Amino acid sequence: MPRPGFVLEVDRSTPPLLFWRGENFSLEKLPAGRSRVIYPPEPLPAIDDIDGAIVHALLNPIDSDPLPAQLFPGMKLTIAFDDVSLPLPKMQSPDTRQRVIEAVLDMAAAAGVDDVHIIAALGLHRRMHEYELRHALGDRIYDAFHPRGMLYQHDAEDHDNLAVIGTTDHGEVLEINKRAADSDLVVYVNINSVPMDGGWKSITTGLASYRCLSVHHNGETLQNTRSLMGHRKHSALHTSIWRLGQVLRDHGPKLFQIETTLNTDMFPKPFDFISKREWEWNAKDRATYLATTKSLNRMPVRAARKIFHSIESPHQMTSIQAGETSAVHERTLEHVYRQQLVPVEGQTDILTLGIPFVCPYNPDGIMNPILVMCMGLGYLFNMYRNKPLVREGGVIIMTHPTYREFHPVHHPSYIDFFEQVLPDTTDPVVMGHKWEKQYAEDEWYRHLYRTGNAYHGVHPFYAWYWGAHGQQHAGKIIIVGGDPPTVRRLGFTPASTMDDAFEIASDVVGRAPTITHLHVPALLVADVT
Amino acid sequence: MKALQVDRKLGRLGLARAMSVLSPGAAARVGPLEMVTIDPPALPAPGWHRVHTHLAGICGSDLATVEGHVSPYFDDWVSFPFVPGHEVVGHIDTPDGPRRVVIEPVLGHAARGFPLPFEGAAPGDGNDYAHLATGRLEPGIQIGFCNSTCGAWAPEFIAHESQIHDIPDAMTDEQAVMVEPTAGGIHAALLTWPVLQGIERPVVAVLGAGTMGLCAIAGLRRYVPGVHIVVGARYPHQMAIAKLLGADEVVRSDELARAVRRATSSHMVGDHLSGGADATIDAVGTSASITDCLRITRPRGRVVLMGMPAEVTVDLTGLWHRETQLVGAYTYGTETMPDGSRVRTFDLAIDTAHSLGFERLLSATYPLDDYHDAIAHAAAAGRRGAVKVAFDLRPRARTRTEKASS
Repeated sequence: MPRPGFVLEVDRSTPPLLFWRGENFSLEKLPAGRSRVIYPPEPLPAIDDIDGAIVHALLNPIDSDPLPAQLFPGMKLTIAFDDVSLPLPKMQSPDTRQRVIEAVLDMAAAAGVDDVHIIAALGLHRRMHEYELRHALGDRIYDAFHPRGMLYQHDAEDHDNLAVIGTTDHGEVLEINKRAADSDLVVYVNINSVPMDGGWKSITTGLASYRCLSVHHNGETLQNTRSLMGHRKHSALHTSIWRLGQVLRDHGPKLFQIETTLNTDMFPKPFDFISKREWEWNAKDRATYLATTKSLNRMPVRAARKIFHSIESPHQMTSIQAGETSAVHERTLEHVYRQQLVPVEGQTDILTLGIPFVCPYNPDGIMNPILVMCMGLGYLFNMYRNKPLVREGGVIIMTHPTYREFHPVHHPSYIDFFEQVLPDTTDPVVMGHKWEKQYAEDEWYRHLYRTGNAYHGVHPFYAWYWGAHGQQHAGKIIIVGGDPPTVRRLGFTPASTMDDAFEIASDVVGRAPTITHLHVPALLVADVT
Repeated sequence: MKALQVDRKLGRLGLARAMSVLSPGAAARVGPLEMVTIDPPALPAPGWHRVHTHLAGICGSDLATVEGHVSPYFDDWVSFPFVPGHEVVGHIDTPDGPRRVVIEPVLGHAARGFPLPFEGAAPGDGNDYAHLATGRLEPGIQIGFCNSTCGAWAPEFIAHESQIHDIPDAMTDEQAVMVEPTAGGIHAALLTWPVLQGIERPVVAVLGAGTMGLCAIAGLRRYVPGVHIVVGARYPHQMAIAKLLGADEVVRSDELARAVRRATSSHMVGDHLSGGADATIDAVGTSASITDCLRITRPRGRVVLMGMPAEVTVDLTGLWHRETQLVGAYTYGTETMPDGSRVRTFDLAIDTAHSLGFERLLSATYPLDDYHDAIAHAAAAGRRGAVKVAFDLRPRARTRTEKASS
């Protein structure tokens, strides 16, 4: 029976705690008597018969006819799937998407459906490389569909292949992939890594156009998204997306949503010590930590990055549900929270976060400075329900080298964003009004997004908007171990050591602040009361 | 009189070249520059005047000479030994009292006793340079590279009346010593105009924001209409001054290509922009800077090479394919302005240096005796937050002065 997550009060006997530092780690001692560590629940057991569970879900959907009953010869069937941004790290083969889509295709073949398109629902993310498509879908699907042009990636800038479904009562236009819009049935295959994902967000972002996304992916909306991972009604983002979802339900194609959840068994040996609670480390774990960190210190960061991105995670499916989107998603959220929720009493003055080598926007790439901000303030800060772990005006301390390095193929507009936008402003609303249009209309970015493997030109803005609430909420943000000029460009304060960071933070929170460390990995959602 | 003099001593030139790599200014201690005692030069003919130096700047070409980096090209265009110094403000004694002047240092037709190439020609005008190596003077392209005239790194030197410009009473010596580099910058700025005509908002990139780059920015802003100026600078103080002088966008040098791409809505194709700046001014003059400028200049655009290069290695395939014009910008003379009028560059420069308060670009002055320190300072000007370093030969100047550049 896996142990639930819990909150450890740090005392003198508490060993130093593991912090991610990009492509490395450090052990940090937190002050006794006023610090606590939030540990995630241990990984839930996987479904015993995953393929059997998939078939069962397709045959016994929620608030919907079974999938085979919705399939008929001559129909247009579109299968859309979550892109490479999750899960993290990528899962060991076979990937959940492969298993689910193979089951859907078996049923489609049995029903005589031959007009099937498979679309990577990547929104404004970068196109997946062939090896990534093969990993997510398997060689059988790739070889059968890709050469015939029936497996491809959504293009939010292909205006000939976008269709307007309708407009919400707030004036939000829903414009999605035309093939999906014209289909007799759209099957969406999701992996729900965090509570923010899934539901109506799957199609209304993954298959949407830029103009459709821009109505809710902006500074104002994200500043008013006070609970990205918790209650939907406190998220301006999700409120908007759910309105678009109603338009999709009422005026769009028939949908069949398949959502899956994974356990948090994220790192295989020899990195499994990362997920352990530090006081339970044995001699072998300590030796592995020392050997790992010393080796990583000696090798070029490029080599370390390659090692980490080659990790294939052992996480496994813990649930699958299919059918009507809203009903399916409510069930999904129950499973996500069952795995990730940790009750926490009260807020803290200082929140410490170790920033890892990867976030949803740099699979097989570089965690550039903007993504450090996005991961810290957009994701980890937001891993709460009810209220943030850190009090308003408190301090967030992150650990990451924050090197000024960008992946030139994946993140070309990020480089310009760093060089042109951030020196001008770090305010998400101001930058949106002043600069986003230029980046949206830049033909070079469009070309690279549509034909290469680049994130859309506006994506650095979106990454920055993701941290808008955290940026607004915190009184000071400090990065320990980061390149000082780069950290300052982000609008944050650099510190050499954790002790220095606490000293700097004392200007804001006094000399004896309460400290909470969010232990990453694995993923957890703090249910703060 | 005591003067700083450069002689052709090959061993010292080699040593200076080696030492300059190790430490800025080290070349001044071991190289071809020496403090010597010489007689003031004789006036060679009527129309020549004796100029008493007030301030004399240290230029990039002076540093290249002191550090032994000058191209062999100049071997036959200079005459050793010579006293350097061509950025100068000084005075001429007249019966009515001292007359403050700046010197246009090019030793042109009039100075060398040849007919002018056209009426009213400036010393730098004309399409045949034979006069620079012949005539009544020893070879020398300018005062400061000619044995016959001496140079401004001495209490006095001689200049022909064709080279002499009076300056307004209100103009300080500190502004006036900037006139010569300002003229060079304006000349480079105006050389961009032929490829900018007819373009509504032409983009000009400037790579390098030392003295010359900054003067070119000022020239672009003042005399080239409607231009959008994008500057790549290395040091924070250079960036601040570039902005003050009217640059629209100032970025780090290694960010210039991306800034130009954004400003011109180009694609990046390999190392080159698909389009690029209509013109680029290279105020550095190295293999790397010329390469960078060719990459960011649009097809059929123009690269104005203002920084003095020596031997460089550049792949010119892009220049060939894009039909890029690569144009040198040596000094100044008579300019054709965008409105078609003809003006002497020095007149524009005097007005610019005065109006814009270019004393702000003069970061430090040294007595001639402290030339080791002065050269070291000038050689590391960017790193030390300086722009222009000069010798102060005015009688009251006995100590070094330094101020913040911006």
